[in-house]
Amino acid sequence: MTDIETKTRIARQFIEALPHSRALGMKLVDIGDGWAVMALDWRADLVGDPETEVVHGGVVTALLDTCGGSSVMSHPTAPRGTATIDLRIDYMRAAEPRRRIFARAECYRITRSVAFVRGLAWTASPDDPVAAAAGAFSVEGVER
Amino acid sequence: MQVVKQRRDAALGRLVGGIPYVGFLGVGFERRGDELTAVLPYDERLIGNPMLPALHGGAIGAFLEIAAIVELSWTVVWEAMEGGGEAADAIEAGRFPPMPKTIDFTVDYLRSGLPRDAYARARVNRMGRRYASVHVEAWQDNRARLFAQATGHFLMPNVDA
Repeated sequence: MTDIETKTRIARQFIEALPHSRALGMKLVDIGDGWAVMALDWRADLVGDPETEVVHGGVVTALLDTCGGSSVMSHPTAPRGTATIDLRIDYMRAAEPRRRIFARAECYRITRSVAFVRGLAWTASPDDPVAAAAGAFSVEGVER
Repeated sequence: MQVVKQRRDAALGRLVGGIPYVGFLGVGFERRGDELTAVLPYDERLIGNPMLPALHGGAIGAFLEIAAIVELSWTVVWEAMEGGGEAADAIEAGRFPPMPKTIDFTVDYLRSGLPRDAYARARVNRMGRRYASVHVEAWQDNRARLFAQATGHFLMPNVDA
């Protein structure tokens, strides 16, 4: 097994074991140095507007938050822990009902105490995003 | 006058009860007149960091977004009920105006969420014909020690269309 396969497997087990991520059915699709791709399937109990059957914005927030935290944890500086300081989500459009939602987050800058993250959520293509995220995460134990 | 109270509680119950995700998270609303307090009862499923343990940032963000959107919808419903006429009859019959849509939502995580109940109150700072700006504050043990706050902008449903 290659290093990247081992890293992906460990990250998947860790993320998918978090109680809230499990409850929402989040899956880690892929992970690399300072980035992560996750997915979440539509479910009737996650709907925010019964008229349209569109999932609640909070579900997309939870997915992008988890994906953002995963991108920080996968950064080559190997932080020991992370927590969200702030997270902004811009909603471009509703996610169509019964479609899998994907999210990709990237930790594009990291200091001794803060990681800066941006992310995108989509259904069919990242060129047609559902939401965009920008966040700051606290980090501990960054290797310098 | 208890009839008025019952009518308002029933309207709030239908508004909140119609949102599946609110039920999934277990969020409830307490009402004092037109003032709402959102309650998130602790559940193991809300945990994001089992080591601390701490509530998941996504669960906290979702709770605040629910508090904001229900406050905004409730403000519209309240005005319709108070105004009487056709709009009030529609609410009475269970026909609510379309939900506002979130444009953006920014969550400020001030402290880690402890494994216990959380509360939130939202304030509509501006509600125009097209957009609304809502601020939310959330706390656990102490009302003055917020553990999260958020600001969101919402697209108001076009009631004329």
